Amino acid sequence: MNIGNDILTALPEIFLACSAIALLMLGVFRGEGSSRLIMTLSVTALIVTLGLLLMGPTRNTSAFNDLFANDGFGDFMKMLVLIGAALTMVMAQRYIEREQMARFELPVLLLFSTVGMLMMISANDLIALYMGVELQSLALYVVAAIRRDTLRSSEAGLKYFVLGSLSSGMLLYGLSMIYGFTGTTNFTTLAEIFANGGEVSLGLTVGLVFLSAGLAFKISAVPFHMWTPDVYEGAPTAITAFFAVAPKIAGLALFVRVLMGPFGELVDQWQQIIVFIAVASMLVGALAAIAQNNIKRLMAYSSIGNMGYALVGLAAGTQEGIRAVGVYMAIYLFMNVGTFAVILCMRVNDRMVERIDDLKGLSRTNPLIALALAIFMFSMAGIPPLAGFFGKLYVFLAAVESGLYILAVIGVLTSVISAFYYLRIIKVMYFDEPSEAFDQPIGREMAVVLTATSVIVLLFFIMPSPILESASAAAEAFFPAGP
Amino acid sequence: MDVAIVFLPLIGAILAGFLGRSLGDRGAQLVTCIPMVVAALLSIVVFFDVALGGNAYTTELFTWIDSGAFELSWALRVDTLTAIMFCVVTVVSSVVHIYSVGYMSDDKSIPRFMAYLSLFSFFMLMLVSADNFVQMFFGWEGVGVASYLLIGFWYEKPSANAAAIKAFLVNRVGDVGFALGIAGAFLLFGAVQFDAVFPQVEDMAETTISIFGMEANALTAICLLLFVGAMGKSAQLGLHTWLPDAMEGPTPVSALIHAATMVTAGVFMLCRLSPMFEYAPIALDVVAYVGGATALFAATVGLTQTDIKRVIAYSTCSQLGYMFFAIGVSAYSAAMFHLMTHAFFKALLFLGAGSVIHAMHHEQDMRKMGGLYKKIPVTYTLMWIGTLALVGFGIPGVTGFAGFYSKDIVIEAAYAAQSSAGGFAFVMGVVAAFLTSVYSFRLLFLTFHGETRADHHTFEHAHESPRVMVWPLYVLAAGAVLAGAVFYGPFVGDGREAFWGDSLLVLGSIIEDAHHVPFWVKASPMIMTLLGLWLAWYMYIRRPELPGEFARQAEPFYRFSLNKWYFDELYDAVFVRPAFWLARGLWKGGDGAVIDGLGPDGLTAVTQSLSRRVSRLQSGYLYHYAFAMLIGVVLLISWYIFMALR
Repeated sequence: MNIGNDILTALPEIFLACSAIALLMLGVFRGEGSSRLIMTLSVTALIVTLGLLLMGPTRNTSAFNDLFANDGFGDFMKMLVLIGAALTMVMAQRYIEREQMARFELPVLLLFSTVGMLMMISANDLIALYMGVELQSLALYVVAAIRRDTLRSSEAGLKYFVLGSLSSGMLLYGLSMIYGFTGTTNFTTLAEIFANGGEVSLGLTVGLVFLSAGLAFKISAVPFHMWTPDVYEGAPTAITAFFAVAPKIAGLALFVRVLMGPFGELVDQWQQIIVFIAVASMLVGALAAIAQNNIKRLMAYSSIGNMGYALVGLAAGTQEGIRAVGVYMAIYLFMNVGTFAVILCMRVNDRMVERIDDLKGLSRTNPLIALALAIFMFSMAGIPPLAGFFGKLYVFLAAVESGLYILAVIGVLTSVISAFYYLRIIKVMYFDEPSEAFDQPIGREMAVVLTATSVIVLLFFIMPSPILESASAAAEAFFPAGP
Repeated sequence: MDVAIVFLPLIGAILAGFLGRSLGDRGAQLVTCIPMVVAALLSIVVFFDVALGGNAYTTELFTWIDSGAFELSWALRVDTLTAIMFCVVTVVSSVVHIYSVGYMSDDKSIPRFMAYLSLFSFFMLMLVSADNFVQMFFGWEGVGVASYLLIGFWYEKPSANAAAIKAFLVNRVGDVGFALGIAGAFLLFGAVQFDAVFPQVEDMAETTISIFGMEANALTAICLLLFVGAMGKSAQLGLHTWLPDAMEGPTPVSALIHAATMVTAGVFMLCRLSPMFEYAPIALDVVAYVGGATALFAATVGLTQTDIKRVIAYSTCSQLGYMFFAIGVSAYSAAMFHLMTHAFFKALLFLGAGSVIHAMHHEQDMRKMGGLYKKIPVTYTLMWIGTLALVGFGIPGVTGFAGFYSKDIVIEAAYAAQSSAGGFAFVMGVVAAFLTSVYSFRLLFLTFHGETRADHHTFEHAHESPRVMVWPLYVLAAGAVLAGAVFYGPFVGDGREAFWGDSLLVLGSIIEDAHHVPFWVKASPMIMTLLGLWLAWYMYIRRPELPGEFARQAEPFYRFSLNKWYFDELYDAVFVRPAFWLARGLWKGGDGAVIDGLGPDGLTAVTQSLSRRVSRLQSGYLYHYAFAMLIGVVLLISWYIFMALR
């Protein structure tokens, strides 16, 4: 137990936490108007953290009395979280300046939230898990309501907070049940208990259900999804973009870690929960999105559906399944960042618009943006050879290999249904008469993000190995004796 | 040479069809007429070589299908039968091609018309030169398509379209029989080449086959199926309804396809298959009965029709009946003889009628003609020749027109068969000969004699047709006068055995017997013809008010004949309307309601309503959301408790 070793193991998280505190101080001392500087420094901090993560000692080390664990899976997911957070923050700056909400607290809060996410991913104990979740969530509650002078933003923040508290309660209740029936909070010990044939009591199962419910809320899986559309719509668009990417990845990573780690032996127990949640999410995500006119609400349902697909991989409970989850989340990250970049460009006469009808005839007024959005929509609809197709392909393959045929079939069917609303956006852009053109220019950083994400989505099939191999390495973390 | 005969018309059709626009009207006429005339000249050479010289041969073109044990080549089988058909088809086709130059001169799509004509000729030549069933079927279907295109040539006319579709569909019924017959032959003999099939027939004559649980003689079943195909193409009773309607097409088409060539394909096919039919006596009897019935039926209908072309169409139908009952009593050579002479005089009559129609500015109703002999004397003379040939005018034992020889031998053969089917056919043939005479002279008298009933303007402007239309008729007229006397010897006379060679198989000696029938049998057709001539003269020249009187007195009979024995009405009620009803039901109920309703439309509706309902869950109220979360947890826990307790 060497404190230096501990610090080294958790260096990225510690660095990011310290940076956030330092930037807070800097903001306080410099006062209003330092938003741009703080944002830039925050993004830099994220990039440095990413560098530390990539360079640091990894592979199955633990620290702080086994509360904190590092492994390949964690590294991969943290990487996605950091990239997602950095990209969305880059996109946010111009938006928050235009909307007169450029306060230095915003980037700092996002940094704290990101720290929470990293903690979640590395948690190796029920208490550490709860700490990470709460750190992440508390920051986000505030961020959702950051435009406290507008009704919708406040409402969104309040709803998120109340329901989030409820889910935290459930989560905590589940944790206490598990502790009560097993006598430990440590993941490693839990895994040993079940590996040695420990009895699975009903109380433990109930605890597992509550734990799952709490985590499902974080990734907005049905039936714990109700907050999502309202918060997505009510929150400022830049914040919504952040919501849609980093916390989702972190939440899903935590879900995978908890179920595959300590409860890895209990696949038969939790598989039914995950199947149920996955099916419900895919159905609701596909069906409800059809009726939406607001593109942010549409994206809310889209992300609900996407979480359903990712959970299909988890439901498989195999190495292929986990690898599929990794690939799916990586692709999801780029598709969503790109789509939100387009949504952030939807400005007419210096005012944000967010109806789908506002996209009418975009192919003629702004062909490049229309092309990028078309790529993302085709990809989300799962049209080969775009990246989204492969994401779904691996997930369904894993499900089929585990014998979850019905789940795979439902997944394909909902994918067909959801293709309708993705393709409708393309139809609106390419076949309808143009309405008012969007404001130009969109900004250099937007152009870069859009280009990068659409190229990744478009050309994934040419060079899929970086993502595929990283995801494979990540999945191996749970199967040490794997092939 | 045979290859050139078959493919020259195809080249003409392709040139005129695809390059018609750049060739122009005159060019299209040249590129179709010249190959056709060349083919006709070559055919005559082939006729001398093959039929008279006795050099039958087969030309292999190339392999068509080679699949396992099933091997098939494109091959041209040229024997006496084929040589006769080559001559008939190419000569009549050439005449019609040239005639069309004049007749269609006002039309706006001449290249298309010429291309269709040549295309038809190609398919017809393919049909008659086939050396296997499949190739014959190819030609068979090809002439069907060409016939469809030509009947519907004036596609702006709804009636022409309806007639074209009707012809196509009725022929489909026959073609199903033909196709089944071919399949049956392949099943029984394991081959479709005529050379492979015919030698096996004798051994297979007693083989039985199980059809829907009934034991039946396989050969008889196959022959009957093939005969159904022949009935469709040759417009025999039951499947004849398309032929009168086909008169919607241009008149040259009627002359070529619906008088001289395509409708005789059924006769040709049965003659070609004589080695099969000879061993299926029941099938032959059926052929005789159907032929006899058709001969009489069509003649009665012809009595009351007023459209000049329809009269001739029913006459064609009736004459085809003669040919079939000749086949039915094994007198294949007589049938072919009548086929050939008929091709000449019927084409002559049709083209003559076309000339009349041309002169009368496309008036076809005989009630609006009359007295035309002064205006168009050449046509008048040619029509007389055609009519005399049709009714079989001649002096027994001396000489006569073409039809005199061929019709007499057919009727004599029917008598000589000494069977019940032959007797039936004989009676029908003699009565039909009388009726033929009546309706033929009625047509002549109504059109050319008496006071004119045309309006003054039309009558004054009636004029003789241009030379390009008249000259071809002379060729046909020569055939109508001379073909009988010249070819009597080789076809059915003393030289017949050397002439036919192996192309026909006859087990009995029917033609020989036919030459030795009593004199009253030989004389009866001529007597009937003269009686018919007298009756027609009496009713339409002497007492022109008599027909109307008669129609009133015997109204039911008149109506029955005028409405063609109500065949169309019957088919409409039995087949067409139920088919429409069924189709409409399947369309509205089956496809619209069930497949669309449950399929695309239904799924869409379900998805949309589900979508609305799911969105409605999103009420915006916080306690609803919290409630949903709790319900979810409760559901999951209940599930586990339930599972644990079970």
